[in-house]
Amino acid sequence: MEKRLLKLKVNGQEYELYITPKTLLVEVIRDHIGLTGTKRGCETVSCGACTVMIDDMAVKSCSILAVQAEGRHITTVEGLERNGRLAPIQKAFLDHGSYQCGFCTPGMLISCEALLKENPTPTKEEIREGIEGNICRCTGYNSIVRAVEAVAKGDYREEGT
Amino acid sequence: MIHDFTYLKPGTLQEALSMLSDHKDECKIICGGQSLLIVMRQGLLVTDYLIDIKGLKELSYITYDEKEGFKIGATTTHRMIETSGLIKQRFPVLIAVEKRLASIQVRNWGTVGGNLAHGDSSGDLAPTLIALGARIKLASSKGSRVVPLEEFYTGLFETALGKDELVVEVQVPPARPGRATAYEKFNLIRNDQAIVGVAAAVTLEKGGACKEARVVLSNAGVTPIRAKSAEMVLIGKKLADALLLKAGEAAAGDADPVSDIHASEEYRRHLIKVLTKRIVRQAWEQATHL
Repeated sequence: MEKRLLKLKVNGQEYELYITPKTLLVEVIRDHIGLTGTKRGCETVSCGACTVMIDDMAVKSCSILAVQAEGRHITTVEGLERNGRLAPIQKAFLDHGSYQCGFCTPGMLISCEALLKENPTPTKEEIREGIEGNICRCTGYNSIVRAVEAVAKGDYREEGT
Repeated sequence: MIHDFTYLKPGTLQEALSMLSDHKDECKIICGGQSLLIVMRQGLLVTDYLIDIKGLKELSYITYDEKEGFKIGATTTHRMIETSGLIKQRFPVLIAVEKRLASIQVRNWGTVGGNLAHGDSSGDLAPTLIALGARIKLASSKGSRVVPLEEFYTGLFETALGKDELVVEVQVPPARPGRATAYEKFNLIRNDQAIVGVAAAVTLEKGGACKEARVVLSNAGVTPIRAKSAEMVLIGKKLADALLLKAGEAAAGDADPVSDIHASEEYRRHLIKVLTKRIVRQAWEQATHL
């Protein structure tokens, strides 16, 4: 099968890739670009470990053809930090112990970030609904919800803002 | 393992229809791909050409007219429907259905046209839309036609789509006075696919008797099933426990469910009996308070 040129913008950076059209977005991100934060968890669009943002929307990269992401802004977990500083949600996860094995964490962080972008002050119920597409086998979710609540409350607002 | 295909990306609907007409049997339409890619990854679907209409913004819209009702473009995402103030005002049941559909990630990218065209009888939208009397608009390079949604499903993952046709719009007639609609599915994990589901639209007369009823079952057969016997039980009657029980039994009789890893045929019939009672009651009580 002929490969085609694909230009993707990931975490603010342009990449030129040479792929067959059947290549999934998760394959391009992990295997071609080398950003292995995004995980393959289930291969059946169930677990959410592959969650990335396309134009600020959380999506499952295992269920999207890479070619469909052309011209859009893709954000992976590696793109959450700013100038070497962790994003508020990342700091909150560290402080609240919102991970154990860490496998769901990249996808979970993205879903939480996307949720907060859309709704900066979610209720507990809205947080739980917001992470419905991400399965965690370790934490029982409560520490994740607490981390999002902490960010929503303003615990990680930058000094002077 | 996805089989190789030639990827085509039309810039307009006309281009897409022309490509469809050129390739007919050898092509498949992809939009959000949230259903299609799953079956392609399992090797259940192989195609020579894949026509990507995700980028057709001209098919992404939600409009409402007092006379014509809603017109929803095929590439409208589930999330757009879920967050539509217009739809919340007139058909809150559709918002409730969307909130329980898969996950936010799937709803952000998946579309209503793709969902309906996929023809999964365990879907939530089709039974609910059928309860609302919806119609679906199909287009080809030769023109377009509108089909009642309940006539659109012809078999297991089979629809009335011609080889050169694609879904362009869903039409929902305006809200009717005295009518309320409810949907619920039974599953083990919230937002999972329905093990069974029931949509009920109940229209009441001023005196409180049922004027019209639609009861539509999800995952109770190879297509969404209108439980017409259950509907007949309700029409002309007033709300009573015995009536709902009878309607539930009738719906279970109308169903033709499978036995699979999630539930036996017997259990599905039982669930349909119980859910029909509950959902008809819910719709009825909502209609009473309109």
